Amino acid sequence: MSEKRHILSIQVDNEPGVLSRIVGLFSGRGYNIDSLNVAATNEPHISRITMVTTADTAIMEQIKKQLHKLINVATVHDLTESDYVQRELALIKIHAKMDNRSELINIVNIFRYKIVDVGPDHVTIQATATEDKLKAFIELVTPMGIKEIVRTGSIALYRGN
Amino acid sequence: MSAKELTGTQILMKVLKEEGVDTIFGYPGGAVIDIYDELANTDIKHLLVRHEQGAVHAADGFARASGRTGVCFATSGPGATNTVTGIATAYLDSIPIVIITGQVPTQLIGNDAFQEVDIVGITRPCTKHNYLVKDINSLERILREAFFLARTGRPGPILVDIPKNIQTMKATFNGPQEIVLKTYKPTYKPNVKQLSKVAGLIKNAKRPLIFSGGGAVLSGGSEALTKLAKTMNIPVTSTLMGLGGFPGTDDLWLGMPGMHGTFRANMAISQCDLMLAIGVRFDDRVTGRTDDFAPNATIVQIDIDPTSIHKNIEVAVPIVGDCKIAVEKLNELLAKEEGPEEAPDRSEWANKIKTWKETCPLAYDQKDIIKPQYVVDTFFKMTKGEAIVTTEVGQNQMWAAQYYHFNRPNQFITSGGLGTMGFGLPAAIGAQMACPDALVVDVAGDGSIQMNIQEMATAVQYNLPIKIIILNNRYLGMVRQWQDLFFDKRYSSTTLDHNPDFVKLAEAFGAKGLRATKPEEVESVLKEGLEYKGTVIMEFVVDREENVYPMVPAGKAITDMLLV
Ligand SMILES: Cc1ncc(C[n+]2csc(CCOP(=O)(O)OP(=O)(O)O)c2C)c(N)n1
Ligand SMILES: [Mg+2]
Repeated sequence: MSEKRHILSIQVDNEPGVLSRIVGLFSGRGYNIDSLNVAATNEPHISRITMVTTADTAIMEQIKKQLHKLINVATVHDLTESDYVQRELALIKIHAKMDNRSELINIVNIFRYKIVDVGPDHVTIQATATEDKLKAFIELVTPMGIKEIVRTGSIALYRGN
Repeated sequence: MSAKELTGTQILMKVLKEEGVDTIFGYPGGAVIDIYDELANTDIKHLLVRHEQGAVHAADGFARASGRTGVCFATSGPGATNTVTGIATAYLDSIPIVIITGQVPTQLIGNDAFQEVDIVGITRPCTKHNYLVKDINSLERILREAFFLARTGRPGPILVDIPKNIQTMKATFNGPQEIVLKTYKPTYKPNVKQLSKVAGLIKNAKRPLIFSGGGAVLSGGSEALTKLAKTMNIPVTSTLMGLGGFPGTDDLWLGMPGMHGTFRANMAISQCDLMLAIGVRFDDRVTGRTDDFAPNATIVQIDIDPTSIHKNIEVAVPIVGDCKIAVEKLNELLAKEEGPEEAPDRSEWANKIKTWKETCPLAYDQKDIIKPQYVVDTFFKMTKGEAIVTTEVGQNQMWAAQYYHFNRPNQFITSGGLGTMGFGLPAAIGAQMACPDALVVDVAGDGSIQMNIQEMATAVQYNLPIKIIILNNRYLGMVRQWQDLFFDKRYSSTTLDHNPDFVKLAEAFGAKGLRATKPEEVESVLKEGLEYKGTVIMEFVVDREENVYPMVPAGKAITDMLLV
């Protein structure tokens, strides 16, 4: 069976140890975690975990069921099964001397990202994008020399209600 | 009147009493000394085991024999880590137990304090759920949740870690409350539409087979299962965990399937056209090569745990729900539903099964050295199949499963999922506490019995008349069998030439010790031992290189059986 990327949106009790239960489940059963994001929601006792994982259909079914089986997990949704919006925030520090600085600024403008820090030989860019776009941008600036990069991992929500 | 304030330990005792706990297995230490002090104010029986692993297995055996939740106590650090094998054993077999551990005071947690260990972290993957109590005000709720979670849904072990300072703090005691767990709602009621589809399948099947497991026993569904089989005339095979769920002496009984299953059970699986899988999880020891498992069957699977469905085997009709409720409902539907115009002819199926029964029955040849099978067989006949049997792990376990025929659920107590050597003796202690008037017998190997032999002292101290049958082959027999068959008989580290004298060992513990070295002594030793009113070890010096057959080599189809 062929593997596919899935974005899981998991609502959990906001309690210590919950993340460890989830990560432990994935490592213990040999499932993949491509990226992981955890933060509070507008409901005080609920946190939302957005996880990107790669799995075939059978494993995906097990992942969802196993997550559900954890006592602290409220809901599990596979957003990739329907229409969703997805974004990721990245901060990318790039080598930027006088010779490539304007070219870099041009690219940043085309992508409508932001420059959030400038130094004598670097520029730090804030990118909010879909995974695909971010990938395209990173490929484009890699020849200039990426000094450091930090990414939040995907977050996503269903479109509409 | 103002609300009642109680200390943590008083709250613990209150909840235990309310949950109907009358027996606890445990071992004290600094981090639970307050709990033990409070325990002395109650009428709860406490059995001081000799190792915390024994406490957990005893609570487990108690739960399996009684159908109630078992409870055990252990101190922080090494006490807590000693419970881990017991917890994992209960987890793999879905046994409801609550483990209470002491923890260092909250202000010391994370400081590598004396006897501090993160037992909640360690046991996360082998408990159904666990808790570290950080606030005295949550203690009562957590304890109630622990019992609720242990016994509901797919049962399992729950650990509650209580720091020492929490035990002496005070909080309001609220009394019994409805338990609301928004994120935990097991499905008990099966989908009736699916069930009526199953009723139709049953009425039209030519070669139906029931394949039941631990879930059928745990849900209390044995009666419904037996009714289903008998009214519909469907042969039954059950996993190691399911033994006793259907009467082992009934004509429809095929024996256990799988690696050491009967020829007829494995053949029936491979040729049935409808398989009713009830409370099983298709463990690899049962399925063999999954591609060749029940290749001709429409498989119906009933299980309370959705993760058990489509995990190892794709099934055509998945049904999530309690096995007992589902099978009862199915019986109802079958009674109502009209069958097809012409009922399918099942005589060919019946004939096949009869032939398989006759061609390859379980057998042994008792000559001049005691055969281990002969010991179990004689023990079965002498006790008329009435004993509660616990086992260790290895060949002894398989022979017990093959040659003792269980007619009741909760009668066969064995570590199926984890295969924990050292389980049988402490589990027998727990079972005897649950059923004081029953004959409780541990069928043991000479290797396994030494893994928790210290619990002999517990059995003797509390006058528990448990019987231990040691099938002494001076080998780690099951491993040796694999070496015999698949490693050119290189018996690397499986020879036990330095066993203790088990008769003297029994006597040293204050128990009785008996030994049989010749076939003609087997009956008399069994008779004397089983009738003895106290703890007794019966050692049988058996044929050293006897193997368990049939055997399906790991990874082979279950029809690829080595028969002798
Ligand atoms: C705690 C533990 N360690 C190791 C094993 C692996 N193992 C399975 S059966 C077996 C041999 C058991 O020997 P014995 O108790 O003498 O039983 P026999 O097979 O000889 O009847 C071993 C070592 C196990 N199941 N459990
Ligand atoms: Mg042995």
